[in-house]
Amino acid sequence: MEPSLESIRDKVSAGVRLSEEDALALFRSRDIHAVGEMADFVNRRVNGDRVYFIVNRHINPTNLCVNRCKFCAFGKGREEPLAYTMTMEEILVRAEEAWYQNATELHIVGGLHPDLPFDFYLRMLRIIRERFPGMHIQAFTAVEIDHFSRITGLSLGEVIRQLKEAGLGSLPGGGAEIFDPEVRNRICPEKISGDRWLEVMEEVHGAGLRSNATMLYGHVETLASRVDHMRRLRELQDRTGGFQSFIPLAFHPKNTEIAKGYTTGLTDLLSLAVGRIYLDNFLHVKSFWIMVGPRIAQISLHFGVDDIDGTVVEEKITHAAGAQTGQEMTVAGLVSMIRQAGKIPVERDTLYNVVREWPEGETA
Amino acid sequence: MTSTLSWRDALERAAEDRGNVEDAVLLLREPPLFDLGRAADAVRRRLHPGDVVTYIVDRNINYTNICSCQCSFCAFSREKGAPDAYVLSDSELSRKIEETLDAGGTQVLLQGGLHPDWGLAEAVRLVRAVKRHPIRLHGFSPPEIWHFSNRSGVSVAETIFRLKEAGLDSLPGGGAEILDDEVRGVISPRKIGWRQWAEVMREAHRQGLPTSATMMFGSVETPEHIAAHLVRVRELQEETGGFTSFIPWTFQSGNTLLSRDPRFGERRVSGFGHAIGYLRVLAVSRIILRNVRTVQVSWVTMGAKVAQVGLFFGGNDYGSTMMEENVVASAGVAFRMSEEEIVSTIRDAGFRPMRREEHRCST
Repeated sequence: MEPSLESIRDKVSAGVRLSEEDALALFRSRDIHAVGEMADFVNRRVNGDRVYFIVNRHINPTNLCVNRCKFCAFGKGREEPLAYTMTMEEILVRAEEAWYQNATELHIVGGLHPDLPFDFYLRMLRIIRERFPGMHIQAFTAVEIDHFSRITGLSLGEVIRQLKEAGLGSLPGGGAEIFDPEVRNRICPEKISGDRWLEVMEEVHGAGLRSNATMLYGHVETLASRVDHMRRLRELQDRTGGFQSFIPLAFHPKNTEIAKGYTTGLTDLLSLAVGRIYLDNFLHVKSFWIMVGPRIAQISLHFGVDDIDGTVVEEKITHAAGAQTGQEMTVAGLVSMIRQAGKIPVERDTLYNVVREWPEGETA
Repeated sequence: MTSTLSWRDALERAAEDRGNVEDAVLLLREPPLFDLGRAADAVRRRLHPGDVVTYIVDRNINYTNICSCQCSFCAFSREKGAPDAYVLSDSELSRKIEETLDAGGTQVLLQGGLHPDWGLAEAVRLVRAVKRHPIRLHGFSPPEIWHFSNRSGVSVAETIFRLKEAGLDSLPGGGAEILDDEVRGVISPRKIGWRQWAEVMREAHRQGLPTSATMMFGSVETPEHIAAHLVRVRELQEETGGFTSFIPWTFQSGNTLLSRDPRFGERRVSGFGHAIGYLRVLAVSRIILRNVRTVQVSWVTMGAKVAQVGLFFGGNDYGSTMMEENVVASAGVAFRMSEEEIVSTIRDAGFRPMRREEHRCST
């Protein structure tokens, strides 16, 4: 084992919190067996052999966006040929499909539309809640919440209160990218700052809503800026406890303004594993198969990951940037992928309540 | 605890080149992933000090897809007269070779279906057509050699001799699938048995032609079959020393008859044809086959990402740029990698990329 890893391993097995230097050493390491083993150890302590998935459906209501982040291939201006905004009916048709497919969650995120009023989103939540009760609505990144506050002049607290009242169940973790202002200025100068993202999440958690936290890696960030990002997440989590899962997102270069290749398998696995080891106050680390591909997602189940997201059905954001994965994974596909990894598949709802366990031998 | 002891014992026996089929089965099934990976990594480092990972710039050319074998795992083969059946013309062949040379390629990998009208004369003619160009020829897997020999009524030895004389430099290790006739009876009943495969290889090695050896897993085989395959390759290598590399890769089920076979359905979850299973098989291959110098990762079937991870599970060769790939692509899997991508992927993993030229086989 690389010598610097030994003291880290001792800390990990004693349950001692890692320093930022430790996290950096882990990112720099090429001893993937040692790093994987540590991540696996931490994960097992928290989640045993369980691996979670969810039957969900993504809906991206619009790709119109007033921001123009350089890593994004999804956002469009009003005049661009591929710009779209779904009507309420189009959104509801998708929600209904999900309902009939026994989805327990709708995952709704979109661009910052220049003129859809806040009321549209409130109405969307109310109608979905009314027509399809029981389906959890996880929607709006911190960036969208900030946008609502701006277009209405309402405080963050008031925006969140109204959304919650209309049916918002929890928030995804998008828009975090990399908090470090230097990196952020290069990749998404128009987007809210890292501090603001964290401020929104603190309000969200304070209002009793859970959220996730993401980190976009594989573009122009440094390893130190990744560690800084995770440090800020860990600090906020110490205060609020409102984050459910940490989700590293692999940058996809196609159709973006950042000239880089796709991330490698090693970078994907290290991002997940170091996240698992360093973020000792997060219960879950999620590997989004849409981004890293189902194969690395499966391998990651031995690198600290206990969640592979869900059935998804229709995904536009990563695919706009050249994701080579499919749009949908069946429950049977998810279950066998988890079983082949020697783990126990557990269908969860958004808040990690067990919907159904899939013990050995039972087919999906 | 007894089982923990036994896989460690199996590792020890493998270290002394005494690992038997039972040991290989234990290693496939039992060690935690990282213990297995570390053991394979240690073997790789001993055989390839300096963290060198090799690759080759060559082109894969499939001279025909017409094949009388019709294996159920294959989505590439066509019957003669099928609308999309083809035989490459000389000018297409030349164009592909010229493109390869222009791209700095040093070798072509030439393989094709078992064309019912083709015998040794046609094969020799093809070799000569290739060798009109200054390029190394790695061609004809054992089923093709057997087919030419059979069609022309000459011995395997004579067939290999004549092809070598015409300019063939080495043989790819394809058509091995699983070297067990029970499995072959299910997935490739009309293809030569494992003993014939070994006979061709033995003869090629005797005549000084190096070859690789492959293994296609993740179809209907059991861990015992994989283990037997590895031990058989090792034993043959002890005898001849002619294998330069071993290339395990996974069955790709798209568009195949086998994907609809209930026997495949039954074995799918317990089998090894998935990403973690691939890493385990790769590692056990490295551990058992110490006498074969190179173990190649398969980005063609597993993708660049998993192939890169495979470098930590015993792989020391990244394979080839291929330039075109038709067989796996027919099953709906079409990964692509340029030389730059191969080089940067190897570097990213902390290894030193080194382009290999002649002497060693690719696929």
